[in-house]
Amino acid sequence: MRVVVDLSRCQGYAQCAFLAPEVFRMHGEEALMYHPNPDDSQREQMERAAAACPLQAILVDQLNERDAPAEASPS
Amino acid sequence: MSSAHTLQGFKRDGRIAIVGASLAGLRAAEALRGEGFTGSLTMIGDELGEPYDRPPLSKQVLTGWVPTDGTKLPRRRDIDAQWLLGVPASGLDLATNHVHLADGNEVAFDRVLISTGVRARPWPVEAEASLDGVFVVRTRGDADGLQQALAAGPSRVLIIGAGFTGSEIASICRERDISVTVAELGPAPLVGALGAMIGDVAADMQRAHGVDLRCGVKVTQLEGDAQGRLCRAHFSDGSTVDADVAVVALGGIRNTDWLQDSGLAVGVWGIACDSGCRAFDLNGLVTDDVFVAGDVARCPHPVYEYRFISLEHWANAVEQADIAAHNMVNAQADRWPHLAIPAFWSIQFGVNIKSVGVPTFADEVVVTQGSVPDHRFVAAYGYQGRVTAAVSFNNAKWLDHYRKLIETAAPFPPPCPTPDQPVDAKPVPVDFPGPVLLSQGATVVVTGHDPSERHVTAVRTHR
Repeated sequence: MRVVVDLSRCQGYAQCAFLAPEVFRMHGEEALMYHPNPDDSQREQMERAAAACPLQAILVDQLNERDAPAEASPS
Repeated sequence: MSSAHTLQGFKRDGRIAIVGASLAGLRAAEALRGEGFTGSLTMIGDELGEPYDRPPLSKQVLTGWVPTDGTKLPRRRDIDAQWLLGVPASGLDLATNHVHLADGNEVAFDRVLISTGVRARPWPVEAEASLDGVFVVRTRGDADGLQQALAAGPSRVLIIGAGFTGSEIASICRERDISVTVAELGPAPLVGALGAMIGDVAADMQRAHGVDLRCGVKVTQLEGDAQGRLCRAHFSDGSTVDADVAVVALGGIRNTDWLQDSGLAVGVWGIACDSGCRAFDLNGLVTDDVFVAGDVARCPHPVYEYRFISLEHWANAVEQADIAAHNMVNAQADRWPHLAIPAFWSIQFGVNIKSVGVPTFADEVVVTQGSVPDHRFVAAYGYQGRVTAAVSFNNAKWLDHYRKLIETAAPFPPPCPTPDQPVDAKPVPVDFPGPVLLSQGATVVVTGHDPSERHVTAVRTHR
């Protein structure tokens, strides 16, 4: 599962770090460190975290990932 | 493509080529499909593999938490594109609307988006740059090599250049309990981007975390052993340091070489474009079918006296990609200007550093709230009596307030919005070192006398 956080929007509310602690960690007081490719078992927590972000700064992949790599293979 | 009829036809079955398949290129492709473009879309990129995110490469990847191939960008929608990856573009022919590729192939287009970004500035001495243990950090492959070198437990890492990337890597080294020396030509870390006051704070932070920080020195030589492995670095003050890993963090070079003969307004600062992302040609005339987005774009901003600004910011790539895509498939009257106030972040030594606005567009700086010794504060930057930028250390929640001050040209110094007003809130000169790069590279000269025959010629110098 792929995820990216728009850290220029992120204000360090840490909602994601409570809801998906395997994926989102606070580094110091307010800096966010996240795993951009967490295990699929994290999907439910991830989606809760993305929904709860007050800044809506978390983007989770919208595609079925099985299709994406084939599309991107060099031709 | 001026009539609505032609535009509809173009949106339906036109051809768009996107040169540069990283963050800006991917986001633009998604936005084009979102805008209803159903024609053919070709993604051209010099790196193999899907588009990936770069900021984690100098952070999560180097700590060893995230594998190098774990930063592929999430997709917002299927872009139904033809991907031509692993081969760089080598030229752009605007007479026939073709992109030339290095392998001899060419791609025809009706409109093209240039988002080729920047590459790492290499160590200038080739024989030294190729020593084992000498790295730059820009691509996934770069980060992979450096991560392995850090995991092997080097005796000392030398970081050359204390900008954001260099400082972040120094921070990771300390987190991994690796001895690190940082060599910076300027008087302090981050000074070129944020000025002397913040530079002093950054220097304190590095030293407090055990970084051997050496400012005002130049690395004059990287010395290898008989096996071609880096073993020592020599400095301009005559000193040396033994190190088995060196990270060259001297900023980027914009990928515009392939456009040298394109007739576009190209230089070391990127490709000049209007605020709607349309490229200028050499004469400063705006083109209709060539668009630019991301690190390689250089675009005027009304808030900053319409000066051309080049930004290597993640958020800028994202916002500009959306603007460019919208304008590529809409008529003049419906076009959007790229007016977002620049925003940036860096995570280092456990501190969240963020900025809004253009700190280099300032003559004074003042700490407006919080405490500098606690590394929890906001500093506002002012130019001729108005607020032009702000930088926060562990105080990101306030930056939106400052963004509004910038957008409304609020008077500088601004009042403190919170009860934690610093005791000595006095503006000081912002004090940036001279832009050393301004004297380098291509330039443009105006030639001819008669206005009817006046034109612009690109003059290139060897770098």
